[in-house]
Amino acid sequence: MSDFPGTGSGPGAALPGADGPAGPGGGRRLRVLAAMSGGVDSAVAAARAAEAGHDVTGVHLALSANPQSFRTGARGCCTLEDSRDARRAADVIGIPFYVWDMAERFREDVVDDFVAEYAAGRTPNPCLRCNEKIKFAALLDKALALGFDAVCTGHYARVVDGPAGRELHRAVDAAKDQSYVLGVLDADQLARALFPLGDTPKELIREEAERRDLAVARKPDSHDICFIADGDTQGFLAQRLGTSPGDIVDTDGTKVGEHQGAYGFTVGQRKGLRIGRPAADGKPRYVLDVSPVDNRVTVGPAEALDVVALTGIRPRWCGPAPAGPGEYTAQLRAHGGEVPVTAELVDGELRVRLAEPARGIAPGQAVVLYEGTRVVGSATIAATERRSAARA
Amino acid sequence: MPYLDHAATTPMLPEAISAVTAHLGSTGNASSLHAAGRRARRVVEESREALARALGARPSEVVLTGGGTESDNLAVKGLYWARRDADPARTRVLCSPVEHHAVLDAVHWLGDHEGAQVEFLPVDRYGRVHPEALRAAIEGGTGPGTVALVTVMWANNEVGTLQPVAELVETAHAYGIPVHSDAVQALGQVPVSFADSGLDAMTVTGHKIGGPYGIGALVLSRAFTPVPLLHGGGQERDVRSGTLDVPGAAGFAAAARIAVERQAVHAKETAALRDALVAAVRAAVPDAVLNGDPDPAGRLPANAHFSFPGCEGDALLMLLDARGIECSTGSACSAGVPQPSHVLLAAGAEPDLARASLRFSLGHTSTAADVEALAEAIGPVVERARNAGLASARR
Repeated sequence: MSDFPGTGSGPGAALPGADGPAGPGGGRRLRVLAAMSGGVDSAVAAARAAEAGHDVTGVHLALSANPQSFRTGARGCCTLEDSRDARRAADVIGIPFYVWDMAERFREDVVDDFVAEYAAGRTPNPCLRCNEKIKFAALLDKALALGFDAVCTGHYARVVDGPAGRELHRAVDAAKDQSYVLGVLDADQLARALFPLGDTPKELIREEAERRDLAVARKPDSHDICFIADGDTQGFLAQRLGTSPGDIVDTDGTKVGEHQGAYGFTVGQRKGLRIGRPAADGKPRYVLDVSPVDNRVTVGPAEALDVVALTGIRPRWCGPAPAGPGEYTAQLRAHGGEVPVTAELVDGELRVRLAEPARGIAPGQAVVLYEGTRVVGSATIAATERRSAARA
Repeated sequence: MPYLDHAATTPMLPEAISAVTAHLGSTGNASSLHAAGRRARRVVEESREALARALGARPSEVVLTGGGTESDNLAVKGLYWARRDADPARTRVLCSPVEHHAVLDAVHWLGDHEGAQVEFLPVDRYGRVHPEALRAAIEGGTGPGTVALVTVMWANNEVGTLQPVAELVETAHAYGIPVHSDAVQALGQVPVSFADSGLDAMTVTGHKIGGPYGIGALVLSRAFTPVPLLHGGGQERDVRSGTLDVPGAAGFAAAARIAVERQAVHAKETAALRDALVAAVRAAVPDAVLNGDPDPAGRLPANAHFSFPGCEGDALLMLLDARGIECSTGSACSAGVPQPSHVLLAAGAEPDLARASLRFSLGHTSTAADVEALAEAIGPVVERARNAGLASARR
């Protein structure tokens, strides 16, 4: 039995297809594929899954491809160091370890989508997309086909058995909670997911990594988008979308500045507008709308950002889809707070009405609905309704 | 645990372990003039003589190195530089496309940084270079006078195909062009004689024949002095500086002596085991494709290399590993992503088949039980890997 707190939430006692002796903690011994990024979280998650008695195999996903000068058909992975860190951790844990090449799928499903979303004036969340399309789709499918029962990651979230099946809940460490980027998982995906870190604060995870002799214990957290190594999202987009000069206009259509590409702006953005003239009222101006069709960026006062309702497309439910309107709290961006809402599924679209106006809501981001700590479901924000008539 | 990856490295022979450990406790730099140095030098020189006997070479032709990769680099770069220095017109390097990366990447480097014109020799579907093709390549382009060297391996490390080394040497020598061959995989499996081959330079290494890691040799004709990669104390004919590894030399020599002594018997026994392995795999997976020369006389006796249509090599490797069977896909990038075999691609295979391959290589510790374990596992493993391949193809 573990010396460490919480050998895992949701190792599937109820998982189908699991056989073998019962593992510690009452769960069954599962064949688990642990996705190992080379960071401390996924390393400890894999170690906990192994310690819980599961048959764990580590996999590092090679997600970026660079052409290399020499070997025909070969590629150099820009994640070379991360893959070494992951391998080193797997060796210490004592589990088999492989590198799987998912660069092509990742480029198609995550990177190309990311660029296309920005080009369309939206603000995508690639982590969410990667969880939906890569980790709990391409990777999970391959894992299941190869005879694994579940995929384990270092996400901070909890999976628990509820009355209607498996439920996704926020992590106990609110500051590290990643349930928002997992809100796209459906019941089938949740049934195959293991998040062993959800019940532990991050600081304890680092201490635990030290105790486990994992060399990544003090490796800094990654904050940036993994495929934009230098953190320069604008440069990354400019390289792919080119420059396309256009106007920055006020809510009444008056030109107040110029931009090099509408894709470079996000609704709610204040910095980097480089508007020469101050607003008539002297107050700061924010991006209210990004319209790639006429290559126009509209700016205005903060109040004009107040959103009272929104429409979400591509709804995904972590359990059964709710019937009729319901009262929830909603998280409207990564690391954002919760706001009380009423939500209803109408003609396949999620209609969300906010109890209080909220700002900084960008199309392309996800709206994730919660009931207490439980994730109910999510949708991609397609349109917002502003309180004032300022919406361009 | 069935270990079917002897071509990657093979267990050390007890005699080699004894030879290494016997000298680990002794002090002495073989370049020193005092008694300790003389004792060390004696061990090194006796090892060199034993190696020379085993390799059909003269002791003065044996240059000790840090292993196969270093020997290949020394031969390819060193001979290129020396030949080009003697005549600036000599910038062509003729190379088989199925070489180990130690040769392939060295040759590419010469092309990228030293003005070499790299020309890959055509190979047949088994990955074999034919003497006529070499002759045509030498005669082609800017002509024989511009060829710096020819490099073609003795036996392929992935598919096991043997090259007609002596004939290739004869062909090149007709134009006065030196030939290097990487014989790392061949030594101990087929008869290897430097003198009989006519080669000018030949790479061998310790750990592939039951000797220690980190020591190898470039067998090098006295007619050539390659430009060194390592400058320093002037050891090894001034071609390879560095304090000599006394225990390593002793262990390498012990292993080479035994590998060559036992070669004929070992080849016969492993070939029988290999044939059983091939038959078992074919029985379990009827559409498995045996790569390399199907004629036993044309391939290494310990090698079996298959493509399994519809599978990914990494999935096969993982599933076999999970069953305790250790083998190889051939090559992986530095991060560990399996790559389509450049050998199979050069031999004309489709990229999908080149990704779907596994190499099983036998050695001195292999048993019938190893083959039986594989025979039992390979059918279900291939079936599962095929399902995974389908799952990956689905969107």
